[in-house]
Amino acid sequence: MRLRSRAARRAGLNVLGVLVALVTLFPILWMVSTAFKPAREIYSLTPHLLPSHPTLGNFRSVIDGKVIGLPYWNFLKNSLFVTLSSVIASMLISLLAAIAVARFRFRLRTSYLIMLLIVQMLPQQAMVIALFLDFRSIGLLDNLAGLILVYTAFSIPVTIWMLRSFVAAVPREMEEAAAIDGAGPMRIFWRIMLPLVAPGLVATSVFAFIFAWNEFIFALTFLGTDTAKYTLPIYVTYFYGRGTVDWGSIMASSTLFTLPVLVFFLIVQRRMTNGLMAGAVKG
Amino acid sequence: MRQRTAAFIRRRRLTPYALLLPSAIAIGLLLFWPTIQIAEFSLQNYGLPQVTGVSPTQWVGGANFSSILADPEFWLSLRISLVFAAVVVPLTLLTGTLVGLLLNRLGPKMAAFVSSAAMLAWATPAVSASVIFIWLSDPDGGVVDWALAKMPSWLGGGAHWAGFSWTNAPLPAYTLLTLLVVWQGFPFVAVSVLAGLKTIPGELHESARVDGGGAWRIFWRVTYPLLKPIFLVLLLLSIIWDFGVFTQAYLITGELGNRDEYNLGIYVYDRAFTMPPSYGIGSALALILTVILLIITIGYVRASVRQGAVQ
Repeated sequence: MRLRSRAARRAGLNVLGVLVALVTLFPILWMVSTAFKPAREIYSLTPHLLPSHPTLGNFRSVIDGKVIGLPYWNFLKNSLFVTLSSVIASMLISLLAAIAVARFRFRLRTSYLIMLLIVQMLPQQAMVIALFLDFRSIGLLDNLAGLILVYTAFSIPVTIWMLRSFVAAVPREMEEAAAIDGAGPMRIFWRIMLPLVAPGLVATSVFAFIFAWNEFIFALTFLGTDTAKYTLPIYVTYFYGRGTVDWGSIMASSTLFTLPVLVFFLIVQRRMTNGLMAGAVKG
Repeated sequence: MRQRTAAFIRRRRLTPYALLLPSAIAIGLLLFWPTIQIAEFSLQNYGLPQVTGVSPTQWVGGANFSSILADPEFWLSLRISLVFAAVVVPLTLLTGTLVGLLLNRLGPKMAAFVSSAAMLAWATPAVSASVIFIWLSDPDGGVVDWALAKMPSWLGGGAHWAGFSWTNAPLPAYTLLTLLVVWQGFPFVAVSVLAGLKTIPGELHESARVDGGGAWRIFWRVTYPLLKPIFLVLLLLSIIWDFGVFTQAYLITGELGNRDEYNLGIYVYDRAFTMPPSYGIGSALALILTVILLIITIGYVRASVRQGAVQ
C-alpha cells in the first residue's frame, strides 16, 4: 500500500517535471517550427505545432540576404570574428588574474575581488554613452575592433571569478612536487596548471562566448548605419519593424543565431552552472 | 646567495600584481574611466553642437539634474522600473524556487533533463527571446491570441482576444515582458536553489518529517533558514537584472518612440541618443541609474562576503 502510493507520487512528480520542461521549451520549439513553415501555415487561422509541409524557403531567403541585401554569412563572419577574438583575449587576461587571486596572498587581493563584483553590476546603458563618445573621437565606431575591446572588458569581471574557483581546485601539492623535482614556474604552468584548468577554461569561455554572441546594446549603438558591419543580434532585429514583417524569415534568422549557443551550452552545461554559481552564489 | 633570495622574494611579491595588470588596465579603461566621464558629462551641456565642435562644452552645474527632476517622463519611467521589478522579482524567485524543489525530488536522470530544458531558456539570447515572444503574441497568426480566443470565458478567454495587440499599450506590453523575463530568469534561480538543497543533509528533513512536519512547515522551518543566504543573493541579483532590463524592454515596446512605455533603462538611452542627442542629460540619468544599482550591489557584495565567497 505504502509502496504503491510512493510509486504514484514518483510518477506524479515525473509528469510535473516533463510539464515544466515542455512549457519552458515551447517558445524555442515554436521558433524552430515557424522557421520551417511556409507563409500559408504561419498565418493560418489554426496554428499547428509542427509544419505539415516543411520548407527551407525561409532559411534560403535569409541566407541569400533578400531582405538586407547581404548574405547571412557576412553577419555570421562578423559575429564569429568579434566573439572569438574577445573570448581569446578575455581567457588570456582572466587566467592570469585568476592565478593571482587563487594562488597568491597579497594586500589588494580581497579589494580586487570585491571590485570585480561591483563592476559586474555597472549598467551597460550608462557605460555606452561615455564609450560611444570616446570611441567616436578615436574612430572606433562602425568598427568591429571597438566591440572586441568592450566585450573583453565587460566579460572579465565574471570570467576571473569563474576561473578562480577552477584554479583553486587544482591541488597545490602537485605544483609543489613539480617544483621540488626542479620544474620552473613556466614549466609548472604548462605541464600542470593548464591541463588541469582546461575544463574550467572551456566552461568559462562558453560564458564569454554567450555574452559576446548575444550582446545587443553596444552593437546597436556603435554599428550605426554601416549594415555590412552588423553582428547577428542587430541583423535579427533588422527584419523586425521595417514595414512588412516576415515572421518566417525572422524566425529562420533567429534560429540560425540561437541554435549554436544552445548546442554549445548543452555541451558544457553542468560545469558552467557550477562555475557561474561559484561567482554569483556560493552554495 | 642572500641577494638572490631577496630578489626572488621581491619578484614573488610583485608577481600577483603583474598577473593582475592586464585585467586592471582593461577594467580601468573601459569600465572605470567611462563611469568617471559620465559623472563629468552629467554636469555639462554636452549635445550635438559640442560633439561636432560647433560650440564648446560648458559646465552647467546641476542644471541637467533639475531639468530631469522636473520632467514627468523621468518619474513615469522610474515608476515603471520600480513596479516592474516589484512584480517580476518575486515571480521569478517563486517560480525558480518551486522548480528547484521539484528538481530536488526527481530522479537524477529526470532532474538532469528538466534542468537542461530550463537552462536552455536562460541561455537563449535576449534578442531571440524577445523576437520569439513578440511573434507568439502577434495579433495576426500569433498562438497566444488564438489560444486565448479558444479558451472558455470563465477562464478569461473569448473571441475578443482574436487580434489583440500586446505591444501597443503599456500594460499588455509589460505583461508580455514579465512573462519573458520570468521565463529567462527562473532557471538560474531553480538551479541555484537545487545546488543549495543538495548541501542540506538528508537527516535534517528526515527528522523534521518524523517530528510530524508537513511539506509547508518543513520548508519554512528547515529549508528556508538554511538557504536564506542563497535567497538573499538571488533576490539582489534579480533586482539588479530586472530593474534596468534593456534589450527585452527595448524590443517589446517597439524600439524607441513609445514614450509612455519607457522604463528607466530605455529612458536613459533615449535621452542620450535620440536626435537631437543630449549626452549631458543622458549622463545625468545614467548616473542616477548607476547609483541606484550600486546601492543594491553593495547589499549583494555584503551578502556574498558574509557567505565567505571572498576568501
